[in-house]
This record gives sequence, C-alpha cells and structure tokens, in this order.
Amino acid sequence: MISSNLPALQVVLPLLGAVLTALVRRGQIAWFIALVVSWTMPMIAFALLKQVLAEGVVSYALGGWAPPLGIEYRVDLVSAYILILVSLMGALVVSYAPRSVASEIAPERQAWFYTMYLLCMCGLLGIAITGDAFNAFVFLEVSSLSTYVLIALGRDRRAILSAYQYLIVGTIGATFYVLGVGLLYVMTGSLNLADIAGRIGDIDNIRPLLAALAFITVGISLKVALFPVHLWLPNAYAFAPSVVTAFLASTATKVAIYLLLRYLFSIFGVVFVFRDLPVTEILITLSVAAMIIASVVAVFQANVKRMLAYSSVAQIGYITLGIALATQTGLTGGIVHIFNHAVMKAALFMAIGCVVFRTGAVKIEDIAGIGRHMPLTMGAFVIAGLALIGVPGTVGFVSKYYLVAAALEKGWWWLAAIIVISSLIAVVYVGRVIEVAWFRDPGAAIRAAREPPLEMLVFTWILTAAIVVLGFDTELTAGIAGRAAEVLLTGMK
Amino acid sequence: MRLDAILRVVAKFVLPFILVFGLYVQFHGDFGPGGGFQAGVIVAAAVFLHAIIFGLDQTKLIVPPVIVETMVPLGVLVFAGVGVAAMLTGSNYLDYSHLAHDQIHGQEWGVFLVEAGVLITVSGTMIAIFYAVAGRDRK
Repeated sequence: MISSNLPALQVVLPLLGAVLTALVRRGQIAWFIALVVSWTMPMIAFALLKQVLAEGVVSYALGGWAPPLGIEYRVDLVSAYILILVSLMGALVVSYAPRSVASEIAPERQAWFYTMYLLCMCGLLGIAITGDAFNAFVFLEVSSLSTYVLIALGRDRRAILSAYQYLIVGTIGATFYVLGVGLLYVMTGSLNLADIAGRIGDIDNIRPLLAALAFITVGISLKVALFPVHLWLPNAYAFAPSVVTAFLASTATKVAIYLLLRYLFSIFGVVFVFRDLPVTEILITLSVAAMIIASVVAVFQANVKRMLAYSSVAQIGYITLGIALATQTGLTGGIVHIFNHAVMKAALFMAIGCVVFRTGAVKIEDIAGIGRHMPLTMGAFVIAGLALIGVPGTVGFVSKYYLVAAALEKGWWWLAAIIVISSLIAVVYVGRVIEVAWFRDPGAAIRAAREPPLEMLVFTWILTAAIVVLGFDTELTAGIAGRAAEVLLTGMK
Repeated sequence: MRLDAILRVVAKFVLPFILVFGLYVQFHGDFGPGGGFQAGVIVAAAVFLHAIIFGLDQTKLIVPPVIVETMVPLGVLVFAGVGVAAMLTGSNYLDYSHLAHDQIHGQEWGVFLVEAGVLITVSGTMIAIFYAVAGRDRK
C-alpha cells in the first residue's frame, strides 16, 4: 500500500507536517516534526528512483481519476533526480538548522518558520513530481508564497523589502506562466503534460504556441533568476535568515530550472524550440552575460551573502548554457551542475551561517582573520569555494568539464574560453574572502569567536565531503544526469 | 453613541440568518453552485459584521484569535486527513470511493468532509486577515 502511494506521500507528508507544526506552535516540537518529515522525503525519493530505474515511468492518478482528465503525478528519471536533490538538501538543512533558527528568529515565530519551510518543501517537490501543467502552477504558488514569508523572517529590516520585491517579481512570473498554460490549453484542450506533448505536433497555427512558449519561458526565467531578470535574488539571499538562504539557494531556483527543462524539451520539443527558433542564440547570450557580468558584480560586493548570491546568478548561467547547447554533453553538464551547484552553494551558505551564528558578521571586512579562530568552518568554505571556481577534484570541475567539452564538440572555442574566463573571475571573488579570512589580523570581535555547535559543523562538512567525493565519483550525479539528458532529448512520447 | 440602536438590533437579527445561509451554501455545494470557499467567506462575513457593529474587542470574546489561528491549519488537516484515510482504505490519495459501503456514498462522504475542511480554513483565514488589518493601529 505504501509503495503504490509513494508519489502522493512525497507531497502529502510535508503538507501534513506543515499543518502539524502550525497546530503545535512550539519551536522545538515543530523542528522535530520538520526533521522527521525531512528525512522521510529522501527515502521516498530514492524509493521512487529505484522504481523508475526498474520499471520506467511511474504514473499515479490522484483521487483515482485517470489521466489525462485527472491530475497525474508522473515520475521519470529527470523528476526523480530533482526530487532526490530537493529532499536531500532539505534534510541536511533542517538538521543543521535548530540553533541557527533560534538565534536569528524570534521565539514566537519559530514554529511558523518550520510551517513555512515544510510548505515550501511541499511546493517544490510538487512541481517536480506533478505531470499536470496547472497543478504545477499551484505548487509554484505554494512554494513562492511560503518563500516570501521565509525571506521576510530575516533579522534585517531590509528582509521585508526584499521579500516584497521578490513577491512582485514572483507574481509576474507566475502570471506569465499561467497565461502560457492557458494558451496551451486553448490549443491542445489538455492540461496533462504528456498529453499536451502528444497533441502539440498536430497544431498547424503555431502563433499561439509561440506566444505560449514566450510566456512560459519568461515566467519561469523570473523564478530561475536568469540574467537579466535576476535582480530579486541578491537581496533575497542576502537578507533572508542563514538557513533559508542555504535552503533556497540549493533548491528553489533548481526546481524552476527543472520546470523550464520540462517545457523546452518534453512539451515543445527540441526540434521546435532549438532548431526552428533562435532559442539557442538567445539563451547562450543571456547565459554568457550572467557568467561574466554577475561574476564581476560579485567581486565588488561587501556582504559575503550578497557576493555568493551574485555568484549564484553566474552559476545559473552555466546551467542555462548547458540547456541552450541542447546536445547530449551540454545537457548533461547543465543537469549535473544543478546538483553540483546546489551542493556547493548550500555548503558555502551553511559555513557563512556558522560565522553569522558566532559573530553576527556578514561583511567581508568584519570577518578578517576568522580562519584562525574558526578553522573548520572556514576550511569548509575554502573547499566549497574551490568547487565554485571549478578546481579538479571537486564537483565544480565535473560540471565545467562537460560544458567545455560540449562547447568544443560544437567547435565553439570562444565559448570554452568564456567559461574559463568566468572561472577566473570566480577565483577573484572567492579568493578575496579567503585572503581576508585567513591572512588578516583578527579584530576583537573575531578573537572571541569559536567553532559553531557540533551539528552545524557536521552538516556543513557532510556537504563539503560530498563536494570532494562526488568530484571523483561521478557515477551517481553525472551518470544519472546523462541518462536524464537522454530522456529529455528523446521527448516524452 | 446610543443612536446606533437600529444597527445593533438589526445586526442581532441578521447574524443567525447569515450563518444559516452560509451553511446552506456549504451543503448545497454537493449539488449545485456553492461549497466551502463561498460558505467560508459568508461565515467570516457574519463575524466581520459583528465586529463592525459591536467593536473588535467584543468579537474577540466570541471568536478568540487563538481559535482562529487554529482553524487555519485545522481545515487543511481535515482535507489532507481525508486523503490519507482514502489511502488507508487501499485507494489512491483523495480517492473517496471506498470511504463508505459503496462508491456513491463514499464519494459523497469524501466531498462532504473535504468541503468541511475548506470551510474551516477559509473562514479562519478571512477572520485572521480581518483581525490583523482591523487591529493594526492598536498596540
């Protein structure tokens, strides 16, 4: 009974958990509920992956109404990969969270924090698992609304402003998405993604389809924070509570990218999007701009979290670059970078969360010399920073290897050169923090700092270890990413 | 101050009818237009009317904020709980067919309970928003 209901449980358990945390209203118990739910999620996700590998696509009819009329939950290799990523990151972040949350969020709001976190989790997993275009919109809203609250819970008053900024942008994005879905519905008469994919080829009048593609791509791009519509992201990441930043940076934009992949490859199809339309050229231009401009902006940031946020925009550029190439190697690189970037960014934000927990400092100049007093924390930061640059032996190298290989396959030397240049800029901004943290004399506030509590350190280092281990053993990430790319390139039918 | 006697008396007469109409819309939802969303708003409107006529403090004695804040997640719990109950009967999530002795009664019970959950959450949310907005200037 449980194994046949796994797709529903993947979404329902966080929802039930959210409701329970809202009913108990005590921070400690709420955290425990969130912890139990968060560790159940990756177990379900791995069980689903096993089913997909053994039997192919898993389809689940919600409410017993058969698709395409009813809502279908549909797990294939791509969605299983994203489910595992999101649920694992959630489990690690929640295990790391309790003391950081207790120090940054007012006591009476802590239970609400876990409610919002679980709702966000429910929405993100829902987007990844659903096979229904409108249901995806609902989950997009569930995750977005809870994200606005999570960001607004930050200590800094500017958190509310950045949450509001994100609310405006996010709402526009969601509206564009649903407009696009509406056009698709008019043209195909279906909301089921697989069904739409099957019917879309028969349509003669392609103008509404072009409009739908434009609306959906732009709408999701706002959520992805694709350059140049990324402006909500740096403030949101900088002023949200540390735990929220670590969670969002590793999950929210990644799920939006999944949705983009779904539409570009599974629904509209490679031929329509990449052969008949200049999507490759547009996406590559934007990706390259993100990789260069956002990296340069990151160099000049005074706030570490803001710097990492701009670096996220640049890294998203790598992912969309892989998507834009639309070849087996390129797509593998993009998809594997979804996972790799999540792991390294979570590690970086968790390490900074430890620093904030002990010193309250987020400005680069304020953490001078902190490496001598919190060597383990900043050690994790250095390794994750090296992965951001793409040093061999880390996950960052794996992604960039695939992307450079894909660029060379096409004979685009200049693109490979741009990837390398962008990595060199990463050396500058990561190096700046490392230089200040390790080679400057500490101030009085930093001298008093010690290593953070055990669980914060342990979970930061689990991710840091993953950066190195997955940098050598690429079977799990690049292996599955490669097969996911195959699934996407062959289409849904 | 006593000039609003008509308002007070009329409001007291009207309030029970608003609530009954809310329940009518709720239960009629199975067969025609209506259901938990509309009924939830109507029930909440009764509370708003009371607050406008008798003052927020009086209303908070009848509908305390603690209850309102419990209603919001409680309704979702009822909704999701019915889905889980359906799973326990061996069907898919939110498939009510096996909730009663036959499929038609099962579906009817399922929709009835789910709509009850919607009523609780929607009215709770509306009242919570009203309390938050109305109580904004007082500390």
